[in-house]
Amino acid sequence: MEKYAIEGTPKTPTISFDIQNGVLEIKGRSIPENSIEFYKPLVDALDKYSTATKPTTTVNIQLEYFNTSSSKCILDVFKKLEGIHKSGSAVTINWHYEEDDEDMLEAGEDYQAIINIPFKMVQVAE
Amino acid sequence: MIDVYNIYDKMDKNNILLSFKGDITSELLTSILQIMENKMDNMQEEPKTKKKVYNVLVECLQNLYHHMDDATDTNGDKNRSAIFMIAKNEGVYNILTGNYILNENIHGLKNRLDEVNACNKEQLKDYYKSVLNNGEMSLKGGGGLGMIDIARKTGEKLGYNFLEIDNKVSFFTLIIKVTQPQLI
Repeated sequence: MEKYAIEGTPKTPTISFDIQNGVLEIKGRSIPENSIEFYKPLVDALDKYSTATKPTTTVNIQLEYFNTSSSKCILDVFKKLEGIHKSGSAVTINWHYEEDDEDMLEAGEDYQAIINIPFKMVQVAE
Repeated sequence: MIDVYNIYDKMDKNNILLSFKGDITSELLTSILQIMENKMDNMQEEPKTKKKVYNVLVECLQNLYHHMDDATDTNGDKNRSAIFMIAKNEGVYNILTGNYILNENIHGLKNRLDEVNACNKEQLKDYYKSVLNNGEMSLKGGGGLGMIDIARKTGEKLGYNFLEIDNKVSFFTLIIKVTQPQLI
């Protein structure tokens, strides 16, 4: 498995995990009613990746909206990444937020406070 | 006879943008969110306002969705129905939801709402983080973050009411105010 990809829908984000280069991207909206079901394959893919990591792992999160049930699943994803970071692959999380979207910036800062991985807050134009 | 004009008049006077009564399904939520997005685009709402309203709508509607079955056991399918309304008065959005709840569950819900309402901005942030990090995720997905998130994003107290229907169920109403950020 070199790549793991999911097309976005109005309620779920586009996910691409380029295992070859250690780059994970989550983009779009994450507002499914059942988030656990949606995120389970990604958590499993990260579990697999953690057994053979690249020297660096780059994570790009660019969400327009996410609901509170996704927020727990995103934390689970970050916790997996925290494990990967501890075991030797240098993980960076680039948390994108639209200019003026203070709620999204704050959401990133909440994760930053909980998770022991370097976070970069990246502002993007609306 | 149903007095249609009476219902129309009430909705008109209360500036209801959208109203629905019935079973809340996943497909319905997708449609409603789309309709509200289009409406707000047509009204040329500020992106900030649009985002706040959209976020709060998602949480309110998914709350209803996850709690549709809560009061059905005792009274059959009759209680498998909810109402929600979105109104806009003088630049302030009001999101109102109503659903049945078992009387035995009122106490717990009321405590949680009061707890959220007692928090200031900083306390809500800490409360959110502690529930996010330590709280058990319920199978339904919510995990108790929804109300905290709504209070945090709106910066308003959560309005609520419990109307006793009989000795088993009550009707729970939630009233959320979203003020346009530039007016704060």
